[in-house]
Parts: sequence; structure tokens; C-alpha cells
Amino acid sequence: MTARIQKQANPESLLLNMGPSHPAMHGAVRIMLELDGERILNSEVEVGYLHRGFEKTCENRTYFNLLIYTDRLNYVSPLINNVGYVMTIEKMLSLQVPERAQYIRVLMSELSRISDHLTCLAAMAMECAAFTVFLYNIKAREFIWDVIEATTGARMTTSYIRIGGVRADLRPDYPESVQKAVLETRKVLKDVHGLLDKNKIFLSRTRDIGLMTPEDAIAYGWTGPCLRSTGICYDVRKAHPYLVYDRLNFDIPLGERGDNYDRYMVRMEEMEQSLRIVEQCLARIPKSPGRVMADGLEPAEAIRASRLKKPGQAIRLSPNLEGAEKDVYKNIMADDPRFIIPPKEEAYTSIEGLISHFKFFMKGHGIRPPKGEVYFSVEGGNGEVGYYIVSDGSDKPYRLHLRAPCLHLLASLEDLIKGRLVADIIPTFGSMNIILGELDR
Amino acid sequence: MPENFIATKFNHILGWARKYSLFHYPYITACCGMEYMSTACAHFDIDRFGAGWTRFSPRQSDLLLVVGTISQKQAPILKIVYDQMTEPKWVMAIGACAVSGGIYDNYAVVQGVDQVIPVDIYVPGCPPRPEIILDGLLKLQDKIQKQKHDWRWKKRKS
Amino acid sequence: MEKKKILDEIEQAFPEKVLETSAPFGEETVELRPGALLKVVEFLRKKPYEFTMLLDLTCVDFPERDERFEMVYHIYSLALNRRLRIKLSLPEDKASLDSLTPLWKNANWLEREAFDMFGVRFEGHPDLRRLFMNEDFKGHPLRKEYPLRKRQPLIPLRKSP
Repeated sequence: MTARIQKQANPESLLLNMGPSHPAMHGAVRIMLELDGERILNSEVEVGYLHRGFEKTCENRTYFNLLIYTDRLNYVSPLINNVGYVMTIEKMLSLQVPERAQYIRVLMSELSRISDHLTCLAAMAMECAAFTVFLYNIKAREFIWDVIEATTGARMTTSYIRIGGVRADLRPDYPESVQKAVLETRKVLKDVHGLLDKNKIFLSRTRDIGLMTPEDAIAYGWTGPCLRSTGICYDVRKAHPYLVYDRLNFDIPLGERGDNYDRYMVRMEEMEQSLRIVEQCLARIPKSPGRVMADGLEPAEAIRASRLKKPGQAIRLSPNLEGAEKDVYKNIMADDPRFIIPPKEEAYTSIEGLISHFKFFMKGHGIRPPKGEVYFSVEGGNGEVGYYIVSDGSDKPYRLHLRAPCLHLLASLEDLIKGRLVADIIPTFGSMNIILGELDR
Repeated sequence: MPENFIATKFNHILGWARKYSLFHYPYITACCGMEYMSTACAHFDIDRFGAGWTRFSPRQSDLLLVVGTISQKQAPILKIVYDQMTEPKWVMAIGACAVSGGIYDNYAVVQGVDQVIPVDIYVPGCPPRPEIILDGLLKLQDKIQKQKHDWRWKKRKS
Repeated sequence: MEKKKILDEIEQAFPEKVLETSAPFGEETVELRPGALLKVVEFLRKKPYEFTMLLDLTCVDFPERDERFEMVYHIYSLALNRRLRIKLSLPEDKASLDSLTPLWKNANWLEREAFDMFGVRFEGHPDLRRLFMNEDFKGHPLRKEYPLRKRQPLIPLRKSP
């Protein structure tokens, strides 16, 4: 098949293919260039190399089961996608989430956002041959992922945010580990500022390259840090506040010129603001009753013990279920037995718990939102991540559509690089932070 | 193939040299790429096993790391990249999507990289922890050590 | 401007084109007749509404209805900080409508995606091709009758051991 650019090209110019297996760690985007020497006359971007059929798969899975697919959309900040999906369902069901769970969601979202920006700038700097920045940023990201792993059990694709709350409470020692992550990130940010801010090579590769005017940015539907780098202040956290963002103090950094350097600086400043939010969450999060690391019974023994137990005697379950014990459950999950599974102690030891657990997972039952459609969006690492869900009253969504911010960013790449040199593509592409899991769905 | 002292020593030395000097080409498509980045960096260093140099060209590498989901559109590209690599070459399929299609069983995903190219080591996980990727590398190194090579160049069957 | 006013003003300006307006879950929705899209959207882009950003463009497939494809547009106004949803229904044999590429630049790729996944054509689109699937792919994956697991491999696949 001949691409559009092959048909349109001047017969004397060179056609170069930056192929789908891109060494710049952005996955699989194909950029075809028509060159005159080093100058780009025309270009064409081809996507679809990571199309995984997310939307079609979601029509065949229950609302509870398809949570895992949402993690793998924007895979550098997976918890934010989780939050977006779960809050869309909660809007349809009109569920009220307890306050501690909301603070935990904000904390996890901001940590994910920091790791997203760290990874983006690491890749962008590495492609401009600043390998040290890559190593430093990934080092800081490891500390953040340690915090996420201690709470959720997985480093990256966590499926931690559930409909109605979160899956497990924070560990008793979370303030120390979060403060260590914040400290290490601040150290790394200071180092990276020193290495790149006034670096002549980095400036000449990013200043006034990839310029975007505010009117064009709106015409392309840009959102997120890229839009804010052109000077327009639109952040979903401030425009349509969700969770507890209206109670927290944070600023929105804006750029001036809309070039690569402004996108870099906006991301660095946003990381600083996210660290501020994390510290405020640590201070304001409502206290929960002290958690004892359970040294309790295995489920089979618990069932046997429940038959023998005296009325009023409590049964504690084994540490595999830590974080979701009954006494902390009301702080982390909403109180609605139609949509929330009961705590495991009740499911294993009482008949009502068993029945409501069974009815939740039974085929055809479970979470069945009312008929209708809803759109909800959150501020992701790249912009406004929106979920549009059409429900027909059954336990599977009729249609689930993701509003991917990266699609609108990449649609503008052909215009941004026209007339520039080949080497300008790399920082432009890197500063836009194209995540193919989200773009290709 | 004669099994004598020279042949076994030759295999031994060749295997030792090859396993500790792997140049890998990370064919990154999806989420597992983030764990690959962690593996290659300071915390879980891949360089201490000799496989640290990422050659961004298939012609210069002998280990192809298929990291992430391979969609039907991407499969011919993977085949071209694999064919461009020179012998000896090994393939490691990292992540559940590369091993067997993972959680995506639909019209768009190849159910396992071994439907396109032959694979030596399968590393499961979604995404696999860096320690598991390093464990897969160590198993690959064992496999390379045990490979038998025919040192009689002229009579070698290709 | 209070919530109700925008929907009322659209109904007053285009009485014959608007089928119904509603606000499920607090989100303002306008349902239009086919062919009315461009005029209504141009009206909304001007002051005082200034719906200058096209957030999303998608399609929902209802095979049991006569008007099978329902196009859904989400537009956003930075000045008013309001979102609006516009819906249009199209029958299967005449599944084509005006393209929004003269007004918004990201409509180019969004409409290519709708064409790829559903087969809806857009008149006036400069380059209507598939976006995600390869050019030789037969069928449109997100239609309800396309089976989930029907694969169309580009190269002959080996038998995995």
C-alpha cells in the first residue's frame, strides 16, 4: 500500500521512514518524512501499531472486571486512569466515597502524575543525549513506586482504585516512606534543574522548536501540560474539581511561548506542585483506627472457628487481606451492599456476607447501572482523560469510549515539524509525551 | 560430532564468551517497557550481567527482547527485525502479552510472539518485576552456556 | 449563564433542527436531526458561547434501531467552562454526515477513527482512511456484528510450540 506521502512527494526528495520499532522508547509510532537534505518538507504519522481492542473488549466484560484494562491505557500513570473510570461509574450510581478514600485517591494520583512527568522528561532528555537525567529520574521513580507497591501490591498496573473506594488502607508506616519519596524526588529535581535549565545544548535543541500558538492548540483540542505551556489555563482539577482537590492549595504553572522548553519547564513545575499536594494530603488525611498487622487465621480455619465461636467474639483473618480488614473497611469503601463486596471476614463467617458476595459476582447480577450515558474526565498526566460510558442496564457496558489526550497531541505533530530539521522531531515528540497505550487503546 | 576434550572446551569457552557479552535490542511496544527501563537503570542494573549495552539496531545485537503487546499490524515489522539480526541470536519474550497475548484475546492482538518468531525464554508477568526479567536473563545465559557448537567449520550443516 | 439557558437558546435558534434537549446526570445534551450539525456548531462557536474546543467525537452502534449509528460530540467552552454533548442518529444505508475539519483540526483524526471502527463516512474530509487498523482490514471492528476474536493476520502465523 502506498502511503499518502508517497503519492504526494516530489520525485527528487528523499523519503525516510522512522519506523514502528522506535528506539526512543515511545513504543510504536511510524513517522514518514519527505526530506530535502535535512529539512522536512512533508511528513505523515501512522499509528495503530499498538491497537489492542480495548473498547471492544470492554463490551464483553463486567464493570468490575474491566478495571484491569484501564490500568494499561496510560501505563506510566496507571492510577489516574483507574480514578477516571471508577469515578465515571460512581457518577452513574451516585455513590458517595468516604473521605479517607478520597484523600488516598488524591495521594496516589499525584504520585502517579509525578512518575509520569519523571518518565517523560527522562525519555526526552535521553534522546537529547542527556543520559544522566534519565538515570536520575528513574531512580526517583523507584522510590515513588516503592510507596505505591507497599500500599497496593504492584509497582505499576495496580487496579487499586475500586468502585466505591480503594482496595486497601495505607500501611501504618506510610508517612516515612512517602516523605522519603518526596525528599528523593526533590533532590533529583534540583539536580535536573541544574543540569538542563541553562544548558546551552539543551536550550538550542528545545528553545523555539515545536512552537504552538494558543489558538492552534485549542483548535487541535490540546489539554494538559502541553496546552498550559502555550499560556492557556485549563486544568480539570481546577475547572471541574473532583475528589478533594477544591480543598487543597496548589498552583497551575503556565508557559509563555509553547515551545519544547516551555513544555519541559511546565512539567518540572507541575511536579513541584504535585509534591505540595502530596504533603498536604499527608497532613490532612483523616485518621483511621490503628491497624494491627493481622496475625490471624487462614480462611478455612476462620470458617471452622466461626461455627464454634461464641456470640460477639471477633475473628481476624490472615495477613493476605491486610488493609481490607473489617474495622478499616468503612473508611476505605462506600457503604452500599449493592455495589460493594462485603469485607472478607463477613463473607467467610456469616451467611449474609456470603450471599451478598455471591450475588455481586454472579453472572447477570452485580453492578448494574441505570440506563443512560455519562461522561466524566480527570486530569491525567497528558491532559483530560475522559470516559464516556453508555449503559443499557445490564452488568456489562454497552459502549465504553476513552477520550485520549495523546490523540489530539499527536495529530498536531505533522504541522509542528514542517520546515524543521530531522533532529527537531526528537525533542518535539518527546516533550509531548505520547503514550501509545492511550492513543491506540 | 566428536565429543572429546577440545570440542567440549571449545563449547565451554564460546558459550562463556557469548553469554557474558550480550547486546540486546529492546523491541518495546507497551507497558512492560517501563519495567524494562527500571531493569536497565541503577536500581536493578542489567549491566552487571554483561548485557548492559542497548544497541538500537537489530544488526548489531544478538538478543531480541520483545517487550509488550504485539498487535496484528506490528507482527510483520517484528518478523523483519528478527530476520535482520545475524546469527547467533536469541529471543526473550517479556510480559504476558508477548508470551501468550496476555489479557487481550481479541481481533487485534497476536496471541504470543512465538506465532511470529521462535522464542527462547518466556518471562511471565504483567508487568514482570525487574528481578524476574533478570532471572530470565540468567536462565538464558545458562541456555547459551549449554549450547553445543560444531567446531568443524567445513562440515557444518546449516 | 444558568444551566438551562444554553439548551433553550439553541432550541429557539434552530427550532426545526433540534429533536430534544436533556441533561442526564447534569450533562447538557442536544439531539439534532442529521444535516443540522454544521449550522448548530457554527452558531455555538461564536460569542457569547465560544465553544471553541472539540473534546471528543465518537459513535455508538445500536443495530436493532432503524437509525443505527449515533454520533456523539463533546464540545467545551473555555469562556463559560461548560461542556455540551451533541448527538445525531444516522441510518446504516446513509451513514454519512458533514465533516468538521474546516472548523477544528483534530476532527481529522477523530473522524478517521470513527470511519475505521464503524464505517461512518464524512463528506468533506480531506483524507478519509483507516487510522488504527491496516488498510486491507475487512470490516469495521466496533460494530456489534463483528466477532470479538476474528483475527485477520497480515503474515502467516507459525504454530506455537
